[in-house]
Amino acid sequence: MSEQTYEISTTLDVTGLMCPMPLVKARKAIMDLEVGQVIEVLATDKGSIKDFQGWAKVAKNVELLAQNEKEGGDTTIYAHVVKRTK
Amino acid sequence: MAVSELAVQDTTTLEMRLQQLEERVVELEENIPEDKVTIVMFSGELDRVLAGFIIATGALAMGYEVSMFFTFWGLNAVRDNRTLEGKNIMERMMSLMTPGSTEGMGLSNMNFFGAGARMMRLMMKQKNVENIEDLINMTKDMGARFVSCGMSQMVMGINTSELRDDMEDGGVAAYLGDAVSSKVTLFI
Repeated sequence: MSEQTYEISTTLDVTGLMCPMPLVKARKAIMDLEVGQVIEVLATDKGSIKDFQGWAKVAKNVELLAQNEKEGGDTTIYAHVVKRTK
Repeated sequence: MAVSELAVQDTTTLEMRLQQLEERVVELEENIPEDKVTIVMFSGELDRVLAGFIIATGALAMGYEVSMFFTFWGLNAVRDNRTLEGKNIMERMMSLMTPGSTEGMGLSNMNFFGAGARMMRLMMKQKNVENIEDLINMTKDMGARFVSCGMSQMVMGINTSELRDDMEDGGVAAYLGDAVSSKVTLFI
């Protein structure tokens, strides 16, 4: 993950969904973006942290810019910031 | 030997070595695995089938091509009806004892005549995990290839008309043809 400023184009809410849905929906959403645009994916599935890291490692068209934890009431929300690179 | 003659000799040697290298690169490139995942779906229980399709959708989301080869009990996952017509007695028994659709799939452990599978489905629903039927259709919609093994279909007496309409036919060579150029291959 590289330290850089980014502008989020769109936010995808996949809270409540479990593996593999956060990834599947994020993939669909990122294909609707222009190259260079950034999406923020909000998930509650704890496994999505490693899943998004794996996605960025394997897929050739995405870069993981940041992963933040947000307190959303009684559940933790994991915000994955992903950029379409190709 | 004159200097110019030496230079010509050097260039010729270099050109030859370059050509050899180019040939070697082409040969190597042909053997690099592609961004593909190949999965043999041999088992027909709800939990194992679920694992196979979760891996498949994950791979598709990562931009990989996915081929799934359904054989023996794995054919349960791609059946959508049951026919008894035109089958011999053993084939009929086999048909009646195997699920006619994904709805009838049991668990690999603690099935308790289907009660375990029903409980698992309920627990998955409560926890917002995609149900198996949606997951299978989603895998197909995302571009996976579904291939059924004609040999195991014949042995088990499963007609092609009892399977989903979007199946391809293929045997062991079709699987191996895909598997040798895949980065990941699994037997579930």
